[in-house]
Amino acid sequence: MKLWQVSVSPHVRSPESVAKIMWTVVACLLPPLVMSVFIFGIQTLIIAAVSVASCVLMEAISQKSLGRPVTIKDGSAVITGLLLAFVIPPGVPWLLPALGAVMAIYIGKHLLGGIGFNIFNPALLARAFLVATFPVAMTSAWLPPLADTAIFAYLGSAADAVSTATPLAVLKEQGMAAMVEQFGPLPNLYTNFLLGFRPGSIGETSGLLIILGGLFLIYRGYISWHIPVSLLGTIALLTWIFGGETLMSGDPLLAILSGGALLGAFFMATDYVTSPTGRTAQLIFGAGIGALTVLIRLKGGYPEGICYAILLMNPLSTVLDNWFKPKRFAPPLGGAK
Amino acid sequence: MTSLLTFPKGGVHPSERKTATAGLAVETMPVPDELELILGQHIGAPCAPTVAVKDEVREGMVIGEVAKGLGVPLHAPVSGAVTALGQSAHPMRVSVPSLTIKTDHAAPTPQYQALAWEDLDRDQLRQKVHDAGIIGIGGAGFPAHVKLNPPPDNPVDTLILNGAECEPYLTADHRQMLEHSREIVEGARILLKILGINTCHIGIEANKPDAIAAMSAAVVAGAKPGENIAVRPLKVKYPQGSEKQLIQAITGRKVPAFALPSAVGAVVHNVSTTKAIYDAVALGKPLTEKIVTISGQGIKRPANLLVKVGTRVSDIVAYLGGTTPQLAKIVMGGPMMGFAVSTLDIPITKTTSSVLFLAEGEIDSTPHSPCIRCGWCLEACPLGLEPKEVGIYVEAGRPQDTGPFGVFECFECGCCAYVCPAKRPLVQFIRLGKMKAKR
Repeated sequence: MKLWQVSVSPHVRSPESVAKIMWTVVACLLPPLVMSVFIFGIQTLIIAAVSVASCVLMEAISQKSLGRPVTIKDGSAVITGLLLAFVIPPGVPWLLPALGAVMAIYIGKHLLGGIGFNIFNPALLARAFLVATFPVAMTSAWLPPLADTAIFAYLGSAADAVSTATPLAVLKEQGMAAMVEQFGPLPNLYTNFLLGFRPGSIGETSGLLIILGGLFLIYRGYISWHIPVSLLGTIALLTWIFGGETLMSGDPLLAILSGGALLGAFFMATDYVTSPTGRTAQLIFGAGIGALTVLIRLKGGYPEGICYAILLMNPLSTVLDNWFKPKRFAPPLGGAK
Repeated sequence: MTSLLTFPKGGVHPSERKTATAGLAVETMPVPDELELILGQHIGAPCAPTVAVKDEVREGMVIGEVAKGLGVPLHAPVSGAVTALGQSAHPMRVSVPSLTIKTDHAAPTPQYQALAWEDLDRDQLRQKVHDAGIIGIGGAGFPAHVKLNPPPDNPVDTLILNGAECEPYLTADHRQMLEHSREIVEGARILLKILGINTCHIGIEANKPDAIAAMSAAVVAGAKPGENIAVRPLKVKYPQGSEKQLIQAITGRKVPAFALPSAVGAVVHNVSTTKAIYDAVALGKPLTEKIVTISGQGIKRPANLLVKVGTRVSDIVAYLGGTTPQLAKIVMGGPMMGFAVSTLDIPITKTTSSVLFLAEGEIDSTPHSPCIRCGWCLEACPLGLEPKEVGIYVEAGRPQDTGPFGVFECFECGCCAYVCPAKRPLVQFIRLGKMKAKR
């Protein structure tokens, strides 16, 4: 007698899947990557290719060696590879991200349990690792934006000759006047920063494209607005209060448009695995990242702090979810059982 | 149409897939040669047979009775002879005691005449509901007369008829409301009299405008002065027909966890149950047949069939021309909460609302992967529970620790597993939690 397959209900499933989410995020990361070629030159594509390839390869090696199913088709390692490339300076040696991939994928992701169980954002963990191991390249290989579309200008050793400082570093070390002098008067400066024409990590500068990608993910329901809004809002508010020469004189817009604030808010802090799931917890998580970012920017040893701010808040995700439980439909009669 | 009522928290919008059968009038299936009657049709103690093998039975005669506890009698759906007292396959309980009747096709079918039920008092009416073997035929199988006798400390002021039919594919209640709207309104009047109240809401999802129109017209024609019966169009959202969600959508009241609707003064009956109560009280006809939606790409001819309780699925398949080669899974009940069955040799019960023959393209057999903590299940859960945590704990070998995440409140609507992008069997994890955790 033929026996038909059985399983527990429901028997129909929504058309969404992990792979669909991941590849959609990848698609949202491509416009800033293409833009980076026109800002910093063709070598950003090479660095990104090395990063993605080594992350995907590392994912396969990790899963094979740990006896887990190989899931490179789900796009998750591709995202990590892209994000890793996005957070390193455009003038670094091309093979640097390959080392980062070992940290991100093997140690940061698979030794901590694999997809769904890693505590820290893998790409940022790798960035922190590279800053510690290659401090010179990771903190000085900044390039000034290309004046024209000479995208091959920085190939070879040309990059070494032109390295510059990021706006946040200039702001931190020399003050607002020096930054305006170097990067232009204020209205133009906002426009340039929004379009991405400023020194910075490969994928963090094109603010407009990052915002559009983030909004698309929110529109698709893949991320919610809570973390980006509270994160950016906190950075803006605290910078306005404490970021100027006197209280309440900081520039909140500049704070959001510089460093990795936008990339972190929309694509790093919203990583499902390393962020809280509850809406209230997400608001607090975002605010915590924003506050730590401003603290590091204004008082810490680094000009930019969002990477460490996110890494510091990541392990609090489950704690926050435990503190802010979803609201139940209706409690039992006579109190909780 | 005024604004549609709904519940505020959670819910999903699965593809409706009702068009294959929504337009098909209910068709009476010829009585098969043999019926297999499960003795435990309802929640509660199963019936003990009151007939023996080789006994002759007449259609409508009591053949099983519950001695004590929660239960209703079972009636012979046909005239014929008892051929076996054995075991049957059951979608939920695997194997259960049953009784087999060989149909005597030559026997006359009983005729039912309208009775003057308005002269009877509440207790007599309620007794008739019990004697006719009425249970909640929307799926739960709760004996109807018990719901009509709410505890004295919880006075009921509102009757709600559930015509939401929010499960995909299902059109049995839809056809019932189109073809028997007068009887349903009459049934509502009987229920109001038994409960001693005058307010009745009939909740129908807005994807059935013809049923809303038919029921509204039947209310205008059938309601008597002093009776406040109204059709309430509902937003199309699953699980709109869940008792707690329906009560909240229509009255704004929230039934507390682990409590019955009477705790907030409400009683809910399915529209098809209401039709059966009309048959029982106004015609004296016991519950022995059922409208069942047969649908899915795996069956040659989809239909809304009126079948005798005890009809085997294999007989239905033969009547409808067989299955298609694409058939992958057979589900009794809706696709969100129904039970997959491994065999066609399984009988229809009073609570079977549909048998779905699903092709590979209609189901999703993708293997599940680890939880990525997207939190979609938390958003989808209409009760504010934490399915993701239950799944993580169960997979970590700690199902006994899942109580705090709400497993005992869960009514297994399946919204969490429906939205899960990792295709995790969250309802299965929750059931395991219910078995292993302490309340």
